[in-house]
Amino acid sequence: MSGRLKDFFSGSGKDYKFIKLPDLKKKAAALKEGAGHLKEEFRGKSFREAAMLILSRIGAFFEDSSESGYHTSRHSRISWLFILPSLIGVCLFFFIPFLVVIYYSFVNNPIQHHFVGLTNFIRVAGNSAFQLAAGNTLIFSFISVPLAVVLSLALAVMMDSRIPFRSTFRTIFLTPMMVPVASVILIWEVLFHYHGLVNDLTAVFGMAPIDWMKSPQAPIVIASLFQWKNLGYNMILFMAGLASIPRDILEVARLESASSLQIFLRIKLRYLSSTIVFVTIMSTINSFKVFREIYLMTGNYPYDTLYMLQHFMNNTFNSLDYQKLSAAAILMSLIMIAIIAVMFIAENRISRDLEY
Amino acid sequence: MNSHWNQQEGRGEGAPLPDPGREEKVRIIRMAQSVEAQALHRKKMRRVWTGIIIKTLIASVFAFLFLMPILLTFTNSFMSPSEISANYGQVFATTENGGKMFIARKVNLKFLPDMVTFRQYVTVLFRSPAYLIKFWNSVFYVVPIVVFQLAVASLAAYGFARYSGKKKAALFFSYIIIMLMPYQVTLVPNYLVASWMHILNTRWAIWLPGIFSPFAVYMLTKYMKRIPRSIYEAAEIDGADEWQIFTKICMPLCRSGLASIAILIFIDYWNMVEQPLILLSDQEMHPLSVFLSEINSGEISLAFAVAVIYMILPLLIFLYGEEYLIEGITYQGGIKE
Repeated sequence: MSGRLKDFFSGSGKDYKFIKLPDLKKKAAALKEGAGHLKEEFRGKSFREAAMLILSRIGAFFEDSSESGYHTSRHSRISWLFILPSLIGVCLFFFIPFLVVIYYSFVNNPIQHHFVGLTNFIRVAGNSAFQLAAGNTLIFSFISVPLAVVLSLALAVMMDSRIPFRSTFRTIFLTPMMVPVASVILIWEVLFHYHGLVNDLTAVFGMAPIDWMKSPQAPIVIASLFQWKNLGYNMILFMAGLASIPRDILEVARLESASSLQIFLRIKLRYLSSTIVFVTIMSTINSFKVFREIYLMTGNYPYDTLYMLQHFMNNTFNSLDYQKLSAAAILMSLIMIAIIAVMFIAENRISRDLEY
Repeated sequence: MNSHWNQQEGRGEGAPLPDPGREEKVRIIRMAQSVEAQALHRKKMRRVWTGIIIKTLIASVFAFLFLMPILLTFTNSFMSPSEISANYGQVFATTENGGKMFIARKVNLKFLPDMVTFRQYVTVLFRSPAYLIKFWNSVFYVVPIVVFQLAVASLAAYGFARYSGKKKAALFFSYIIIMLMPYQVTLVPNYLVASWMHILNTRWAIWLPGIFSPFAVYMLTKYMKRIPRSIYEAAEIDGADEWQIFTKICMPLCRSGLASIAILIFIDYWNMVEQPLILLSDQEMHPLSVFLSEINSGEISLAFAVAVIYMILPLLIFLYGEEYLIEGITYQGGIKE
């Protein structure tokens, strides 16, 4: 390879008359020198080592100057190489397109590229479909997420105490997580049908039957499916959190004759604060995913109270309105980041003085 | 009580006279104490036991509610078409098909079929290829994503976990942000890239974003950070290079972590609905999850059988790898850190 390169740079030069010769000569010399160095470095090394060396050169591009400790920069470079495949993929499929999305949200259309400021955002925020979708999603999350946290915490506390068949119960509670939503929506449709079991039950309490999926109460159906699916997952997180509370602190509290309610409120709950935050974040994300359940049960155009953000996105995708899509995506990511930031700050405040 | 007795005893003049009934008194008191203690103990035990019973009852109710939909789907998959339409005709009937068969006005939720038949399964597996094609679609989407996401992620996670720095911390943080974004946000960039690369409506549109999803990177990094530094250092001293440390030391130690993350990725993509709806316009390429919702009323008796076939694979994985799944969830929460 180097031979051909040499020919290319220092050869007859007939075809490259317009390029200044001295520059070329210098370059060739530098290259030769570099090749010599490389050869020296590669002498006596296996193919793999040689490959690692070459890759570490490429990795030097990402060299982390702030790297501390005893590691040499070579180590750091190699560690960047390990990250490289993932980094390329993430850049290609998430970072770069996301930058483009940000760009699109500020221009009038992808062809003309006129900067229009916040017009797109105002257009999206003023869109009645978006308002409906955002409102429904927020209401759903505000009701379902706290309920999911409280219910799963209660289940976890129950499972944490002495109870027979613990592992069997744990398995049963976790099973819905593994079951695809598409498989069980049939049962939900049967249960919540106008002539279904749920209406029979509510009739016992003297309530008039309702056509659940086509009524303002439709979110309740989806909420029950959401809880069914997510309780087990949250419960496992809480059980792990409960197990990680230092035993001696609980014992001291018991010796000081604290009631179990006090122990729960004053000790367990505080040690669980980071788990609560995590469960809340994950449940919020999952509550944004209930589109899945709703779509599988009702298709693209559900009852008004079930029209979620993803429906809005899907319908916008159909019209391929890039500005609207981009602005909506950015609005949503900002809301998401805000929610997560608030949760983390709150968690920091609560668990600052905890000892493990 | 005991001390009180002793005080009274000690109040006698001079040295305490040997009390003839002392032994007897002590015996009686001990007995009384033990009876009292026993009563107390019994009371306490009763409370504990009632607590346990109540808890078990509540847990059983929940367990029943949790299992019921799965069991119902399973048992109903053995019902004959006429039984299905007799019981659930109301739910799934449309105007054109509704009149043909007898339909009960009431929706009958039945646990056990009157007559067990495997006809649905035979139809789904051998006669009506559409369902099987969609099933294999699901498999073809999920398996490469699980394998390659793990491969890419284990490399990256090693890079993140082995050496740290400010740039890396920032990058890792941005990975977390992407991971936490809902589909409504990430699908827009994914769609843009897919349309630039002209892979919309091909399997690649699902595969590539899945493979490079930062989820496994985040999980594995957390996992690998728990491997003690001294193990790496020992290998370094013995002259192992980075690749050897990665393949011979780090990977074998992460085996259970890889298994648990594989399960989590698997469920996520086995269940996917949003991505195919937006990235694949051709219905033939949809996975079974989307296709199941499009079952028409004429084939409603097959729906339960297809649903069972669809959930049997994740359930088997769950039964086999429950411990891994629990470990994976726990790691996700970062509780064991």
